[in-house]
Amino acid sequence: MNRRTLDPLLLIVAAIALWQVLFVVAGPDAIASPLATLQRLITLGQDPRFWMNAGATLAAFGYACVLSIAIGLPLGVAVGAHKLARDVSEPILSAFYSIPKITLYPVILLIFGLGLSAKVAFGVIHGVFPIALFAIGAIRNLSPSLLRTARVLHLSPRQTATSVLAPAALPEILTGLRIGVSAALLGTIIGELFASSQGLGFMLIRAMENHQVADIMAVTLFLFLIAGIANAGLLAIERRLQWK
Amino acid sequence: MEMTASAPTQASVEHTAPVVLSLNGVSHTYASEDGARTVRALSRVDVEIARGEFFAIVGPSGCGKSTLLDIIAGLATASEGSVTFEGREVRGTVPDGVGAVFQEDTSFPWLSVWDNVAFGLRRHGVEAAEIARRVEHAIALMGLGAFARHHPAELSGGMRQRVCIARTLVLQPRLILLDEPFGALDQQTRLLMGEELLRLWRETQATVVLITHSLDEAAMLADRIGVMSARPGSFIEVVATGWPRTRDSRIFSDSRFGEITARLWSSLRAESMKSMGQAGR
Repeated sequence: MNRRTLDPLLLIVAAIALWQVLFVVAGPDAIASPLATLQRLITLGQDPRFWMNAGATLAAFGYACVLSIAIGLPLGVAVGAHKLARDVSEPILSAFYSIPKITLYPVILLIFGLGLSAKVAFGVIHGVFPIALFAIGAIRNLSPSLLRTARVLHLSPRQTATSVLAPAALPEILTGLRIGVSAALLGTIIGELFASSQGLGFMLIRAMENHQVADIMAVTLFLFLIAGIANAGLLAIERRLQWK
Repeated sequence: MEMTASAPTQASVEHTAPVVLSLNGVSHTYASEDGARTVRALSRVDVEIARGEFFAIVGPSGCGKSTLLDIIAGLATASEGSVTFEGREVRGTVPDGVGAVFQEDTSFPWLSVWDNVAFGLRRHGVEAAEIARRVEHAIALMGLGAFARHHPAELSGGMRQRVCIARTLVLQPRLILLDEPFGALDQQTRLLMGEELLRLWRETQATVVLITHSLDEAAMLADRIGVMSARPGSFIEVVATGWPRTRDSRIFSDSRFGEITARLWSSLRAESMKSMGQAGR
């Protein structure tokens, strides 16, 4: 077994061991054991309502991802390509990225009401800023030598954009996508926690109200798996593009 | 190998080959970064370079060497004067037959060595068989055969510069412009790269204009060396080395080599001091 497989496995074993220690220290009222959580997740997996809620969350997450990328990427590229636009917009976008988005939740609710669109909007305001900011950085960091090289090689503006600038900027843009997708999931779940009648976030808040510790842990584990799979997929693409 | 050279001379044009590149009264002015003042980078640069000649340019930091190369390449336009390549004026567009290699590593990290070298040919619709023939030749010429499938990140700095040179050579330029291509390399690698450059120059019979900070490098590689003044840069002297076409780094042991570098330094010393004063401003 090579390091690349062994290291993540060791990390997972260590995390489960730490979880078990926390369970022993904090007790079953505060936290469920890894085994109890897994058993509860398997039970939930046999309940169609769980999959309905998971489907609602995944749909909102999917829409939030698509919109975050569709808005953030062109915005970042356009702003990154113009110095004045970059100087003006970057501090504003950075400020939006840093503020706790929860403060915007009342506004989102007033605009979109309760339901899918509010969850999506909340996912988008989490996902769009890292995607835009990383795209701005990717464009800004392009070496002027690449443009000079493209001119010396007699490339047309279109060839320069598609064959030189786009591949050069892609790794940093992908890092932004990875962070943006994780943030969009976070935003979607937070949206479901506060005002929703469907979704895994809604299940979580219900379980908290009823003090169903195993349910809280099982849903959290499921969300962790979704985030892990999405992140691992994007990370694999990113690593492939790091050109060894 | 026996190499003999005549004493370094103040040269007008020693070559009998026809003039291929001509700079007439090239001056260049640009606005400073804050836009508060104008900077005169070049002042009336005149030189004629013969076909197949190896011409080096040395000068103090900030004297406008790279600006001059950009103007020759058509990447920038002179404020005054003209540049003529093969009888046609160069103005803001890179002419056909001109290739350039810059100091920075501009190999494309997302492509293998082979694909880097083939890049320009593919974009210009050259036939696959012809691309393969030219790329294989350029890769072999630059000693990159064993690394053709590697990516630049797996190569040393010197090898990445060889990839950039091969990418330029494969387009078969008649004029090769080199802006300190070995500037980031250690001294031993620079010498070896210099030898390879000389071999390429002989094989391709291209005209080469090299910008370098290194007086040794200029003295070893060039047929003639243009010495530039501090900003605004212009040629204060053009020194002919008189080396035979077949030469390599062993020329260092030739007594004339020391005479050439001493002469270059005697011209440059005062200009370099002026340049240091300018840098403080």
